[in-house]
Formats: sequence, C-alpha cells, structure tokens
Amino acid sequence: MSALSFVSASGRRLRAERRTGVGVTRPGLAWAVPATVFFLMFAIVPLLLVAVLSFTSWNGVDAPRFNGLANWTKLLHDPVMTQSIWLTLVLTVAGAVVQTPVSILLGVWAAGHQRNRAVLSAIFFVPLLLSATAISVVWRAILDPNFGVPSQMQWLFGDGNLMGSQSGAIAVLTFVGMWQWTPMHALLYQGGARAIPRVLYQAASIDGAGKVRQFFHITLPQLRNTMITSVILMLVGGLTTFDTVLILTQGGPGTDTTNSAFYMYQQAFKSFDFGAGSAIALVLVVVATLISLAVVRLSGYDKMRSTTEGL
Amino acid sequence: MRRRPNYLAGLGSLVWLALVGFPLYVLLISTFRTRSNYSSQGPLTFPSELTLQNYVDDFSNGFGQDFLNTLLVTVSVVAIVLLVVPPLAYAIVRARGRTIGTVFRIFLLGLAIPAQAVIVPMFYVISKAGLYDNLLGIILPTAAFCLPVCTLVLTGAMRDITGELYEAMAMDGATPWRVFWQLVVPLSKGGLSSVVVFAALQAWNGFLFPLILTQSESTKVITLGLYNFQTEHGVDVPGLLSAVVLSMLPIFIVYLFARRALVQGLMGVGGK
Repeated sequence: MSALSFVSASGRRLRAERRTGVGVTRPGLAWAVPATVFFLMFAIVPLLLVAVLSFTSWNGVDAPRFNGLANWTKLLHDPVMTQSIWLTLVLTVAGAVVQTPVSILLGVWAAGHQRNRAVLSAIFFVPLLLSATAISVVWRAILDPNFGVPSQMQWLFGDGNLMGSQSGAIAVLTFVGMWQWTPMHALLYQGGARAIPRVLYQAASIDGAGKVRQFFHITLPQLRNTMITSVILMLVGGLTTFDTVLILTQGGPGTDTTNSAFYMYQQAFKSFDFGAGSAIALVLVVVATLISLAVVRLSGYDKMRSTTEGL
Repeated sequence: MRRRPNYLAGLGSLVWLALVGFPLYVLLISTFRTRSNYSSQGPLTFPSELTLQNYVDDFSNGFGQDFLNTLLVTVSVVAIVLLVVPPLAYAIVRARGRTIGTVFRIFLLGLAIPAQAVIVPMFYVISKAGLYDNLLGIILPTAAFCLPVCTLVLTGAMRDITGELYEAMAMDGATPWRVFWQLVVPLSKGGLSSVVVFAALQAWNGFLFPLILTQSESTKVITLGLYNFQTEHGVDVPGLLSAVVLSMLPIFIVYLFARRALVQGLMGVGGK
C-alpha cells in the first residue's frame, strides 16, 4: 500500500472502528506525545522558521534582523537564481524520464521467476546501500579526465573531460542519479508487479496475447498507482538534488550546474547570507508541495480508482 | 503452464548488471593498488602488485574516530526511533478521536518535507540550543526526519493485528500498557525490524546534517570524512576509495545476513 492511499484508508478505518469495538481498552493520547513533540521541535518548527528567516537578514552569527522583502527582490534580479530554477527543473524532469522506464523494467524483471534471480537481484540493489556521498565520490574518481576511465577509453569519450561542458555535466548528474535511485524505484515496482493478480495473465494468454502485449495491456496499467508514488518521490528528490552536485560538479563549470538546492547551500553556508538561503528553501518547499499535489490531482489518484475492479 | 525464458528481459538485466558491477569492480580493485600504480596504469587493468597499505593509511588518518562517531550517531538514532515510534503507532492505530487523526496527518505531511529545505533553520535551532559541532546536534534532526517513514511502516504493521486479539485481552482486563507489551510489540516484529534498518541506514549514510552542523575532527562522521578527503587529498584515489569500502563494510555484512529485513526497510518509503 502506498503512502498516499494510507490517508483515506485510515479515515475509513477510523470510522468503521467508531461503530464497533465497544468496551475495549484503548491507549490515550499521551502515547503519541513524545514522538509528536520531538517531531514538531526538529521538523515542523524548522519548516516554519524557513518562512520567517526568508524575511530577515542574518549572517549566522548575530541575531537575525527583519528586512522585509529585500531577500526576495535580490533573488528576483539574480540571474544565477533564475538559471538555477531552470536547471533544477531540467535535472528533475531528466531524472524522472530516465529512471522511470529503467525502474519499471528492472522491477518487473525482479518480480518474475527467472533462474539466478535471487543472486542477481542481490547485486542489482547494491546502490541502495551506499551513501550518496560514497556514490558521488566513486563516480567522480571513475570519470576523472586524467586518471579515470575516460583517459583510457578515448575512442568512446573523446578528450575525456565529461564534466567540462554544461550538457556533459547535466548528463553525468542524470546518469549518477539513475545509478543511485533506480534500485529503490525498481523495488517499488517489484512490489507492485507481485501484487498483480495472476488470473489476468492467464486470461490474456488464453486469448493469445504475447509477452509484449501482456506487458503493455496488463502490467503497465496495473502498475499505475505504484507509478504515481514513484514519480512523486522522483520529482521531490530531483528538486532537492544536492549531494551529487556538491561532490561531482560543485555547481560548475562556472554556475552551469548550480541548481536551487546547491545555490541555497552556497548562499547560506558559503556567502553567509542565510536570509537569501531561506528564501530559496521556501521556494523549493512550495514547488515540491505543489508538484506532489498536482500529480495526485491530474492522475485522479485522490479518487482512488481501483485497479482490480471487477475481479 | 510452462514459462518460456524471456530473452529481452534477460538481456536488459545483463546490461544493468554490468552498469552496477563495473563501478564496484573499479572501486574494489583500486583500493589494492599503490598510488603510483593507479596513476600509471589507470583504474581498469588488473594491478601487477597488490597492497593493503591504503587501508592501513586510512586508519592512521583518523578513520577509526570517524567510524566510532558514526556508530554512536547510528545507535542513538535507532534508540530514539524505537523509543518514540512504537507508542505513537499504537496510539494512531488504536486511540479514538479527531486529535490522533490530526497527529497522523502531521507525520504524513512530514513525508514531503525534504531535509535540504530546512538546513538553514536547522542550523539556527541547533546553534541556539548550543549543540553546534556536537554529535547530539546530528542525532536529533536525523532521528526526527526518520519519524514519518517509520511511523508509516509501523502503523501498517500494527493494523494487521486483528480486533479479536485486542478484545480477548480486554476481556482479561488488560491495561493499554500490557496490551502494548504483550500483544502489539510481539506481533509487529517485522515492522520493527524494517524501522530499525531504515533508521540505521539513514543515520549511517547521512551527510547533509553533519555537513552543516559539525566542523571539528572530533565530531566528524564517515560521510563527511569522505567528502573532506576528496576535497583535500583528491589525488590519492586509492586511499579515498579504500575509505569508501570501509564505510560500506558494516552495511554489507548486515545485507548478507539480513537481506529480507533490509530490503523491506528500504521499501518503507514507498509502500508496505
């Protein structure tokens, strides 16, 4: 069951329980207090503070001072900021477009019953275990123009300076993002594919549908809800891509791969303009929330259409 | 019905195998090269001589301290999560009234908060609390950001406990405290192990909070150590990569012995 479907399911469940289950001892709200207080202090309060700090001038040492809309007007006229938003969108969309088909294929494959599947999938999902830092560090070493693989395979990589141009650097970031995130999404699709009723495939093969037609007419439509969850995670993750940019490109060449999350870090922790950093963070939060809501709305996911209707 | 082998899928899976296997091969083989061998022969060939010196050097460069710091952070994060999440999930599944629904919705909202978005105010909060450059300053936010997923996974597991069992315990006059320990905790072991794995991985691999909330050698965790190593001694690739291997080692050992729990913990983000 996906994160989103939980919301309405829990509502239904609560209503059902209110009618029945008389005389059963139930825990009081006190049980929820420690976790809630802790979460409010270290997640919700900071989230609200982002909005407050975006209207202040703060260098990280003195107390923050309110400065009205100064951060916002500054960012509005900052060409790097405008560019960073475009870059963020490009990286996010490229990530989702590349990762979705690969994850679906891999996930559906892993849900099957091939020989050696257990051994192979144990290797397939290794990237999941590595930190983003480790992944970026390893790929940076591998792609190093002087001592890495490109210097030895010039027939394939030309002069080998893959991250020397904007398009090259974006391609590298997208590729490493795929390497890093595909296994997690493939796991989601594997779970989704396993839940597809076998009856559908049996019926289709009786009707004479081949493997390819079964994939397009049964597997894909049945994976619809998984796909929505996965795409939302990809989009929100893509918007906030940071570690890979910091380690692989440092936002370069120049500011060619300075996406919004990296620019926020630079503004706050390198230029010590924490007010501007907060303003960028607020933009990211709002855009991430809007995209999640839009995907849920556009796909009709909130109406919870069942994929097993009529079975 | 006999299944024919699917050659297309097989080919695709081989491509992915190469894509995953190749960097892992380069990673592993490079750690046994000397620095001069890496510069002259490059990362691909099998090295003419093998050495363990890189691993030895990592430890003399303070990797041991980083390792202990990371271990401390991970154990503490898991402990906090285990302390607060099971009671919360129990309340969400069993308590009545509107308030608990609101609480659950706050945690669901938390699923959509990216940690990147709150690093500036987190720096403010942690500095104000006097926890800057203190391991506790990493532990608290890391644990807090694990809560939404852990709550979701654990409420999922607890919902599978049938109402009859609760009624049977109520018949015996059990208090919520006894119900929790004798029914809820034992029957949600699978969910609990997923939660432990998820929180431990988040803490072990966490980079963003350490990056902005610590600065000294004495509070450095492994991921930050890798980043510093790369920015300061980027040319010593074998030394860097052997530190990467050391950082992965504990997770790999867990992966070998508890793959199922690990994979379920990882899937926690997207589904149950």
